[in-house]
Amino acid sequence: MPETLVFYLFSGLAIGASALVIGQRNPMYSIMLLIASFGALSGLYILLDAPFAAVAQIIVYAGAIMVLFLFVVMLLNAPQEDAAAYDRTHPLRHPAITRFGALLAGLLVVQLTWALARANQLAQPVAGRTDAGTVSSVRELGRVLFERHGFAFEATSILILVAMVGAVVLARREDRV
Amino acid sequence: MIPLSHYLIVSAILFALGTAGVFMRRNLITILLSIEIMLNAVNLTFVAFGRFAGDVNGQIIVFFVMTVAAAEAAVGLALIIALFRHRESLNPDAFTSLKW
Repeated sequence: MPETLVFYLFSGLAIGASALVIGQRNPMYSIMLLIASFGALSGLYILLDAPFAAVAQIIVYAGAIMVLFLFVVMLLNAPQEDAAAYDRTHPLRHPAITRFGALLAGLLVVQLTWALARANQLAQPVAGRTDAGTVSSVRELGRVLFERHGFAFEATSILILVAMVGAVVLARREDRV
Repeated sequence: MIPLSHYLIVSAILFALGTAGVFMRRNLITILLSIEIMLNAVNLTFVAFGRFAGDVNGQIIVFFVMTVAAAEAAVGLALIIALFRHRESLNPDAFTSLKW
């Protein structure tokens, strides 16, 4: 079944790339891998009949936010992550404690998978509303966004403005004031 | 059609990876990237629930989450630049004392 194959391909790609993101010492590689992970996620959105979310994921996340990260890494000429003496001497870096923490994390993943896999009533879309038409329609999305969530949309513009001013103020050199 | 629980499991794994990144890494930029992974895991949950409930609101909240993520990235990266100017380091342990 091609849909299942595509699902496992994209989710495997997303999970693998994300795991490599947090495994890298060089932030530049991390950012590149995260872009790959976002591309795979956008494939999952297509599978979920959400073309708007998929395209926004590529344009906004992979195109804008990640490029911002890339620019900052290049601007700072960021050093590789230094495994400083602090890391080796920290009391919580004791191997036994690290292993115990990894065990707990693995246990959590097993628990979550077990609980979610048993949720049988979630297996199929809600009866009577199974058609992908209403969900995937960008026209319907825009109508709901601007009619019912108009205030939230306008509030978002204020948020962006505040973030922009904040970023300019924070990143300014103080000696040039 | 792929069952909803499969999408939720993928999302849970991604969120766990993001959390692990925040706790394990010693680099401010990688920590911000891990936060982005977590936001995306939640986005996947929203889209999946929206699809299976037949409701477009799942995608609308994804739009808002992306906006917040963009604002967070801009302010967070500006803070990182300001901190890097002071200490020439991206290690969060270098910033344990904020006043000097």
